[in-house]
Amino acid sequence: MGFQSPALEYGALAPMLIIFGAAIIGVIVEAFAAARLRAPIQLAISLGAVVLSLSQVWRLRGSATTTAAVNSVVIDGPVLFMQGTILILSLFAFFLIADIDAFAAQASAVPGSNEEAKALQSGKIQTEVYPLTLFAVGGMMLFPAANDLITLFVALEVLSLPLYLMAGLSRRRRLLSQEAALKYFLLGAYSSAFFLFGAAFLYGFAGDVSLAGIRSAVSGGPGNDVFLIIGMVSLSVGLLFKVGAAPFHSWTPDVYQGAPTPITAFMAAATKVAAFGAMLRIFYVSLGGAVYSWKPIFTAVAILTMVVGSVIAIAQRDIKRMLAYSSIAHAGFLLTGVIALNQEGLKASLFYLASYGVATIGAFAIVTLVRDSSGEVGDLNRWVGLAKRSPAMALIFSLFLLSFAGIPLTAGFIGKFTIFTAAYESGNIAVVVAGVLSSAIAAFFYIRVIVMIFFTDPEEDTVTVTIPSLYTNLTIWIAAIATLALGIFPAPFLDFIATFATFTR
Amino acid sequence: MNLLTSMGLLPLIGAGLIALLPVTNVKLIKQSALLVSVLVAALGITMTIGFDRGVTGFQYIERYSWIPSLGISYQLGVDGISLILILLSVLLVPIVILAGWNESEGGRFSVKTFYILILVLETMMIGVFAATDLFLFYVFFEAMLVPVYFLIGGYGSGARQAAAVKFLLYSLFGGLLMLASIIGIFVISGNQIGRTFDITALSTLEIDTTTQNFLFLGFFIAFAIKAPLWPLHTWLPDAAKSATPGTSVLLLGVLDKVGTFGMIRYCVELFPDASRTFTPLIITLAVISILYGAFLAIGQKDIKSLIAFTSISHFGFITLGIFAMTTQSNSGATLYMFNHGISTAALFLTAGWMISRRGSSTIADFGGLQRVTPILAWSFFIAGLSSLALPGLSSFVSEFLVLVGTYTRYPVAAVIATFGIILAALYILIPVQKALHGPTTAGNENLTDLNKREIAAIAPVIALIVALGFYPKPALEIINPAAQVTITKAGYSDPQPLVGGDK
Repeated sequence: MGFQSPALEYGALAPMLIIFGAAIIGVIVEAFAAARLRAPIQLAISLGAVVLSLSQVWRLRGSATTTAAVNSVVIDGPVLFMQGTILILSLFAFFLIADIDAFAAQASAVPGSNEEAKALQSGKIQTEVYPLTLFAVGGMMLFPAANDLITLFVALEVLSLPLYLMAGLSRRRRLLSQEAALKYFLLGAYSSAFFLFGAAFLYGFAGDVSLAGIRSAVSGGPGNDVFLIIGMVSLSVGLLFKVGAAPFHSWTPDVYQGAPTPITAFMAAATKVAAFGAMLRIFYVSLGGAVYSWKPIFTAVAILTMVVGSVIAIAQRDIKRMLAYSSIAHAGFLLTGVIALNQEGLKASLFYLASYGVATIGAFAIVTLVRDSSGEVGDLNRWVGLAKRSPAMALIFSLFLLSFAGIPLTAGFIGKFTIFTAAYESGNIAVVVAGVLSSAIAAFFYIRVIVMIFFTDPEEDTVTVTIPSLYTNLTIWIAAIATLALGIFPAPFLDFIATFATFTR
Repeated sequence: MNLLTSMGLLPLIGAGLIALLPVTNVKLIKQSALLVSVLVAALGITMTIGFDRGVTGFQYIERYSWIPSLGISYQLGVDGISLILILLSVLLVPIVILAGWNESEGGRFSVKTFYILILVLETMMIGVFAATDLFLFYVFFEAMLVPVYFLIGGYGSGARQAAAVKFLLYSLFGGLLMLASIIGIFVISGNQIGRTFDITALSTLEIDTTTQNFLFLGFFIAFAIKAPLWPLHTWLPDAAKSATPGTSVLLLGVLDKVGTFGMIRYCVELFPDASRTFTPLIITLAVISILYGAFLAIGQKDIKSLIAFTSISHFGFITLGIFAMTTQSNSGATLYMFNHGISTAALFLTAGWMISRRGSSTIADFGGLQRVTPILAWSFFIAGLSSLALPGLSSFVSEFLVLVGTYTRYPVAAVIATFGIILAALYILIPVQKALHGPTTAGNENLTDLNKREIAAIAPVIALIVALGFYPKPALEIINPAAQVTITKAGYSDPQPLVGGDK
C-alpha cells in the first residue's frame, strides 16, 4: 500500500503559510539572536510577514474559490476579506507591540522576585510576544477558512493558546495580568471542550465532519435531530465564548483589563473578526437549513448580550473594563448579522467587523498613552480634563467613542445601520428594537467619558498623555481617518465588500 | 453651484477660516463670524425672493448620489415650509451673534471655538430643513446635537454639564427610535420600489396598518422630544436655563422646530393613516402641553425657565395646528413656528441683557426697569406682548389661524386651547409688571440701557414682529401651497363651513 502525499495548494495557502513560517523563524531568532538585536529583528520579521501575507491576499482577491489542503480549507470571498482585515488589524497591533516596555522583561520570572528585577535592569528583554502574536494571527486566518470541524478546532486552539500566554505578559501589575491569563485559559479550555463535544455530536448526526457534509445532512438527511441540536448548542457555546457574548462573557472584562494594552487591542479587534468569521461560515453554510432551531436561541443571546454589555458598562470605573463591556455590546450587534442569514447580513457583518476593529485598535492605542509614573492609568476618574492636556488625542478618542455609539458621520453608524437593516429584512424586528434601545443606553456611558475628558477640570495629578511614538501615532491617526472616511464616504468600501460577500457552500 | 448647497457650505467654510485666525484676536473672530452669517442671511433672503410661490412641491432641487448601494443620495430642496424655517434660521444667527457679542467669553473653551460651533450649527440647521433624503435628514438631525451639546456644556451657566448631557441623551434616545423606523421604511421601500430614501418616493409606499403605526411612533416620539411635548419635555427647561441666551434662541427658536417640522414632513406625509389613528391622542397631548406649559410658566421665578415653559405651551399650539389637519391650522402652525422663533428670540435676548446687567436671572431681583433702562424695558415688553399673541403683533395671526383651523374639526380641543391665551396674558404680564414697573429695586439704579450694538440686534426682530402682525400675507403666500399639499397627502380635505341663510 503506497502512501499518497496530499496535494497542498501552496498558492491559495500562501497568506497563512507566510505567517506561520515567520512565526517559526521568530522562535528561532528568540533563541539565537543577541539580546540587544532581538526586538528590532522580531519587529522587522513580523511586519514583513504581515505585509507580504497581505500582498498575497490581495493577489488572490479576484481568483475563483478554491479549496485547499484536501478540502480542509476553503478560500472564498469572505475568507479573503476577513484574512485581509485580520492582517491589517494585526499590522496595527504590531505597531503598538513595538512599544515593548508594556511587556514583562522575562515572563517566567516570579512577580516581585529578584530575578525579575535583574532582567529589567539588564535590559535583556525577551520578545517572545512577536512569534506568539504571529501564531495567533495564523490561527485567526485559518479559523474562518476552515472547511471541516477538525480544522476548525485546530484553528481555534492555534489562535487561543498564544492569546492565553500573551494576556499574562504585562510588565506592570503582573499579578493582575497573570490572574487574567489563568482565568482566560481555564474558561477557554472549558469552552474548547464544549466546542469539541459539539463537533463530536455533529459528526454523530451527519456522519461527516466537513461543513458541506453537515449542510446536506441538515437539509434532509436521515440524521438524528437530537444529535443535531446538542451538537449545535455545544458548538455555539464554544464560539459565543470566543466572541464574548452573554452569558459567556464574564472573562472579557478581567482579561481586557489585565492583559497588556496592545494585546487587549489585538484581542478585541482581530479575535472578533476571526470568531465571527467562523461563526458566519458555520451558520450560513452548514446550519442554515436548521435556522428555525437556532434562531430563537440566538435572538435571545443577541438581545441579552446587547443589554448586558450596555447596562453593566455604565457601572465601570476603569477605561479598559468599560471598553470590554462595550465590546460585549458590539458582539450582540454583530450577532444580529449572523441571525439575519442573508446576503445583506454578511456584507453588513464584514463592514461592521472592519470598522469596529479599526476604531477599537485606535481607542486602545490612546489608552496606552495615558500614564503616570507607574504606568498606564485605567481609572476613569483620573482621565478628567484630558482635553486640557492633549486636545488632539481627546478629540480623536471622542471620535472613536462616537463611532462606538453609532453617531452619524462615523463608520460605526454605517455599520449599525447596515446590520440592523439586514436584521429587519430577515423579519427579526425584535432584535432591531432591542438594538436601538441598547444603543441608547450605551450612548450614555460613551458620553460620560467625553464629559469627563472635556468638561471636568483636571485635578492636581501626575497623569500625563505621553507623546506617542511614531508607530503608535501612525496607528491612531490612520484609525481616526478611517473611522471618519468610512462614515462619510462608505460607498467605495461597501461596493468593495459586495464583491467578496458570497460564501462557497 | 446650487443656492442651497452654497448656503449650507458657506458657514462651514467660514468656520474653517475662523479656525485659522489667531485665538487672541477676539474682535476679528467675532467680526468674521458676523460677516459670514450676514452673507448667509443675504443668500437666504435672495432665495426667498427667487422662490416661486405659485408652484407646489420642491424647488432649488439638487441631487447627487452619495452611497448608491444603499440608495442614499445627497438631495436637497425646499418647499414653503422648509423655506420659511431656513429663512428663520439664517436670520436668527447673525442677530444672535450680534446680540450676544460677549457671551462667548468666559466659557470653558475659547471664543474661537464658540463661533466655529455656531457656524457649524448653522450649516446643520440649513441641512436638516433642506434635506429631501430621509437618510441625509437623519444625519443632520443627529450631527446637530454635537455643536449644541458643546455650546450648552461649554458656555452655559449653572449646572450646564448636566443640562447638556440631559439634552443629548433625550435627543439620542429619540433619534435611535427614529432610526429603527427609518430602517423599517427603508426595508419596505426595498421590497416595493427599490431601495431609496427619497421622501417623495417614500410617501407613495403602501404600508400595512400595524407596521405603519409602529413606524409612525418611532418618528413621532423623536419629534415630540425635540419639540418638547408633554410628557417628554423635561430636558428643555434645564437646557434653556443653563445655556447662554444666544444658544437658547437657537435651541428654542430653530432646533426645536425640527421636531414640529418633522411631524409635518415625515409623520404626516409618510404615514397618513397612522397619523389619523393617533390624532386624538396627539391632540390631547398638545392641549395638555398648552395648559401645562402655561401654568408652570406662571409659577416660575427664573426668567429663563419662564420663557422655556411658555415655549412648551407654544409648541402645544403648533402641534395642535399640525394634527388638526386643516389647511388653515396647518399653515397657521408653520407661521407659528416662524413667529415663535422671532418672538422667543426677542424675549431671550432682552432677558439675556437684563440678566447680564443685573447678574441674576431671578425675576424678583428686577423692578422698575422702565425708568432706568427704557429701551430695554420696551423691547422686553413688546417681545412679551408678541408671545401672548396680542392682535397687531405677528403671533396673533398664527395663533388665530391655528385655533380657527382646529375649531372646524376639533371644537372641544380648540376651546380648551383658548384658555392657553388667557394664561399667556398672566405669565407674561406678571413678570412684566414685576420686572419693568413699580419702584426701582435696590441695586438696579445704575443699570445701563441698550447700547447701539444691542439696539441694532433687537430692532430688526421687533420690526419683523410688528410687520408680520399687520401684513402676514408674504409669509402666508409661501406657506399656504405647501400646507395644502400636506393636507392632501394626509388624505384630508378641509371641512366645508356651514353657510346659513338661504334655507
